Amino acid sequence: MPIIDAVLNDFFWRALIGGLGVALVAGPLGCFVVWRRMAYFGDTLAHSALLGIALSFLISVPLHVGVVLTCMVLAIALVLFSRTRALATDTLLGILSHSALAIGLVTLSFMPDVRVDLTGLLFGDLLAMSRADLFWIYGGAAVILTLLGTLWHGLLMSTIHPELARVEGLPVERLRLVLVLMFSVVIAVAMKIVGVLLITALLIIPAATARRLANDPEHMVGLAMVFGFIAVTGGLSLSWYLDTPAGPSAVVTAFLTFVLVYGTAGKARI
Amino acid sequence: MSELLATLNQVTVEFDDRLVVDRVNLTVHRGDIITIIGPNGAGKTTLIRAILGLQKASSGEVTLSRKLVIGYVPQHLALESTLPLSVKRFMMLTGRGLAECQAALQKTGVGHLLDASVHHLSGGEKQRLLLARALVRQPDLLVLDEPAQGVDINGQAALYELIRQLRDELNCGIIMISHDLHLVMAATDKVICLNQHICCSGHPADISHDPAFIETFGPRVAESLAVYHHHHNHRHDLHGDVVESDAGSSVTDHQECSGHAHH
Repeated sequence: MPIIDAVLNDFFWRALIGGLGVALVAGPLGCFVVWRRMAYFGDTLAHSALLGIALSFLISVPLHVGVVLTCMVLAIALVLFSRTRALATDTLLGILSHSALAIGLVTLSFMPDVRVDLTGLLFGDLLAMSRADLFWIYGGAAVILTLLGTLWHGLLMSTIHPELARVEGLPVERLRLVLVLMFSVVIAVAMKIVGVLLITALLIIPAATARRLANDPEHMVGLAMVFGFIAVTGGLSLSWYLDTPAGPSAVVTAFLTFVLVYGTAGKARI
Repeated sequence: MSELLATLNQVTVEFDDRLVVDRVNLTVHRGDIITIIGPNGAGKTTLIRAILGLQKASSGEVTLSRKLVIGYVPQHLALESTLPLSVKRFMMLTGRGLAECQAALQKTGVGHLLDASVHHLSGGEKQRLLLARALVRQPDLLVLDEPAQGVDINGQAALYELIRQLRDELNCGIIMISHDLHLVMAATDKVICLNQHICCSGHPADISHDPAFIETFGPRVAESLAVYHHHHNHRHDLHGDVVESDAGSSVTDHQECSGHAHH
C-alpha cells in the first residue's frame, strides 16, 4: 500500500511507530519490574546487552539475536544463582551489572575494524530506526504480548503472593523464568530507542506514573503503555527539533510526566 | 472412618545442619481439627510449609491424597504498595464467581469491604480476607498459620468458632498453628505440641496435664489451661473417638510421650 510505504519511508514516522511498539511491551513488563522490585535486575540485564553486541560482532550474528541470547543466558544464570543465596541478590546484581557493561566495552575496544556507534548503543538512536528494526520490535512485541495474555493470571497471582500461588498449583518458578526471558526480549527491542543505559528508566517511570492513577493491575498496565508512548513521542520530538540525544530525551519526558501526574493527581488511589 | 487427607511419615527438615523439624509423624483426616502449638523456633511454620509443599523435607515423606484442594491462610499478606488491588479482584483471582466470593467474604465478616483496596485493610481484616479466599476454593484441607493474628480479642473467639463451623460446612480437615492457647483448647480436637519433634499430642484436656507440655510451656500455663477443662475420665484418639484410658497423663518420659516411636 503506497500510504504505508510512504509512512515507512519517512524516518520520523518509522521512529514513532517503533516507539509505539516498545511502549506496548515496556508498559506491562515495567509494571512487573515495579511490582516485583526487579529494577536492579533489569539494569543488570540491560547492561549485559552491550556484551551481547560485542559477541554478535565476534561471531557475526545479527545484533538482536546476540543481545537476546546473551541476556537470556545471564537471566537464567541469575535466577539459578540467586536461589543458592550465596550472596545477597543486590550484591550479586551489583557485581554482574557493572562487570557486564565493562566487559562489553573492553571487548568492543579490541575490535577496531568494527565501526560501532557507541553513543547510539548506550543512549539510543531513535532516528536511525530501520525497517529491519521495526520488524524486530513488532515481532518481539507480538511474542511478549501473546505470552503475557496467556500467562497473565499466573504471573499476577505469583506476584501478589508467591507461596499462595504455589499452594494453588501455579508453576511459580517457571513463570518467573518466563518473565525474565521476556525481559531479555524487551531489552533487545528497546535498546535501539533508549540505549542500554536507560532501558530500565523506560520500564519503571511510566509504570510508576501509572500507579498513581490506577485502581487495578490491568488499568495500571494500560496507563503505563500510554505514558510510555508519551515518553517516546516526547523524546523523539525533542531529538528532532532540538537535536538532543533520543534516549535521554525520552527519559526526561517520562520524568516530567511523572512529576506532573504526582503533582496534580491529588489523593493517592488504591 | 473418614477419608485420609494427608500423612506425614518421619518428616525431618534441616537447615544447614540445624534440625528444625525432627521425625514428625502425623495423619490428617477429613473432619479433623489439628492445632500445632509450641514455643518460638519450634518448627511449626516449617512443618506446615512441608505439608503445603513449600518446603522440601530433608528426609521422610509427606503424602497427600490425590486431587487434594488445599486452602492456605498464610501468616501475612504483604502486598507491594505499587500493586493496586481491590478485595474483589483478589477474590476473583481464584477463578470463582462474584456471588461465591461475596458469600465467602460475608461468612468471614468482611463482606462490606468488597470494593475496598487490599492496601487499606487492617491486619485483622487481611486475615479474614485470606480466610475467605481460602474457603471460596472449597478446600479439602485448610491450613492456617496463626489465623487470629491481628484480630481483636472479641474477634478471636469468634474466628475460632467460625473455623469450627467451616469444618462442619466444608467437611474439610484443618491444620492450624496458634499461640492463643486458651482459645485453641476450646476449638480443637487434637493438639500437637511441637518442639522440633512432637513432644506430646492428644486431646486438649489431656495435654495440659502432660509432663512434656508442662516442661515446654511451664507449670503456670499448664495450670491455667487446666482450669478451662473439667476432668475427663476418658480421652480421645486421633479421630475424636473416646478411648478409656489415662495414658496421656501417666507418661513421664519426655521422649516417649508423643505416642510415636522416636528411635
